[in-house]
Amino acid sequence: MVAVFLTLVLVLSIFLGFELIAKVPSTLHTPLMSGSNAISGITLVGAIASLNTGNDTMGLILGVAAVTLATINVVGGYVVTDRMLGMFKKKDGGK
Amino acid sequence: MNIDLNLLINFTYILSAALFIFGLKMLASPATARRGNLISSIGMLLAIVVALLSQGIDYQYIAIGLILGSLIGVMAAKMVAMTAMPEMVAIFNGFGGAASLLLAWFEYHGKYQDHDESSLFTSIILILTIFIGGMTFSGSMIAYGKLSEKISSAPYLFAGQHIVNFLIILAVLVLGALFVMNPGQGNLYFLILIGVALVFGVMSVIPIGGADMPVVISLLNSYSGLAACAAGFVITNNILIVAGALVGASGIILTNIMCKAMNRSLANVLFSGFGSVKTSGAAGSVVQQGEVKPATAEDVYHILEAADTVTFVPGYGLAVAQAQHQVRELGEILEKNDTEVSYAIHPVAGRMPGHMNVLLAEANVPYDQLIEMDEVNPNMETIDVAVIIGANDVVNPAALNDESSPIYGMPIIEVHRAKTVIVLKRSMNPGFAGIQNALFFNDNTRMFFGDAKASITNLIAEFKG
Repeated sequence: MVAVFLTLVLVLSIFLGFELIAKVPSTLHTPLMSGSNAISGITLVGAIASLNTGNDTMGLILGVAAVTLATINVVGGYVVTDRMLGMFKKKDGGK
Repeated sequence: MNIDLNLLINFTYILSAALFIFGLKMLASPATARRGNLISSIGMLLAIVVALLSQGIDYQYIAIGLILGSLIGVMAAKMVAMTAMPEMVAIFNGFGGAASLLLAWFEYHGKYQDHDESSLFTSIILILTIFIGGMTFSGSMIAYGKLSEKISSAPYLFAGQHIVNFLIILAVLVLGALFVMNPGQGNLYFLILIGVALVFGVMSVIPIGGADMPVVISLLNSYSGLAACAAGFVITNNILIVAGALVGASGIILTNIMCKAMNRSLANVLFSGFGSVKTSGAAGSVVQQGEVKPATAEDVYHILEAADTVTFVPGYGLAVAQAQHQVRELGEILEKNDTEVSYAIHPVAGRMPGHMNVLLAEANVPYDQLIEMDEVNPNMETIDVAVIIGANDVVNPAALNDESSPIYGMPIIEVHRAKTVIVLKRSMNPGFAGIQNALFFNDNTRMFFGDAKASITNLIAEFKG
């Protein structure tokens, strides 16, 4: 049953994603990519919740590596997107 | 108590998902986009904070990962040059895929290896996660190498490539089946599958040429989302599935837009090794020849000075020459001279979707001056001067009128209909695709040879002098 429920969530999310992204103008496609990149770092949340105590060395290496890479994705993605979007200015409105 | 906490965590995940959705919705306009990104990041922060409330997690090691990752992430994001954005996005895509792969591996190692508790569904999902995650990682690294010219950006093709790819997919199916039959004892198959996924990622990106990179990056972006999504199934976590699916959908839409802008199917981009096919075809089809009319900075100055409307058409050459600031300065001088200035941007100009827009925004060009191909084409006759900077194929009229041309059918910015065309170009070497551009020989075209940055600097000097 859980699998069915999760798949329902997946299907609805994909439809929602199509609706949302189709409205993004091409001017913003690069920030869209880096911003969605940051969102795909959501694996971080899963890695945190799963990295329980009592791992052997191998488990620790895998877990810590997952947390580190996902954090780079999240933090780097949001910061660079913000930096980029800060550059988009309207005529005369910028200064 | 335990159950309540779990409920709280999961409800907060729903709130996070809503914030992601709001954030993406606000990306629909440059005016609200920055706030949208902030809202999305708050959603992420919330999800991370409540995940840290989970019972029995290893804070010490999580902290190591969080601190290390944040330091690297912030440094990379602050230091990267806007011209290097495609490389940055490629690397981040790769890290996203790798993180999902590692999470699945971690789960397998800790929970299922040497146990027999894994269901058929979980086993299949585990394999799917490491496969998508692995190929995203290695494919992105190759894309990074090509974009940064650390490896040749030309398509790399060899005889039997399709057979090798077929064998890889066959190997995945066989290994996957062996693993699923007995996941508890399947560690060896699992490890080989990771290796095969990495090889597959390399094999799928090496045959793709530099100018097709916008498609590849979009596709890898999509994969990185799907990998997170699959990882969400492995650990039965809703927020991973929702967020991953949003990213997956986003990447697929961008991929589709890029393919349409090149009038090619995704299969054609992925499997044809476009550039190499083209060169052979182009050799026989050099129809248009004639005299090109070179212009000096002074000539171009007189043309621009007299123009009422000027449209700049930037391409990858602008990024290579790093000339975006000079272009903006020239644009401002022209505006002071009562010329109407705009920038027409082809969807696949540059090495990733929106690449030119970001470069010009960095140089302080207001976004209302950036116009799309479909907006500029109907009004092309009213434009006095179209200035082509480092673009070639996206303004090649062969796409409209030469059925034998490899780019026939691709929508272009139809600058040949403008009153005057000025092409800034290093030399008469054909562009990436190796096809001649009849535009250069037209009566209303003047060639302004030289490095784009130096050429525009000279032009600015003419205006000031």
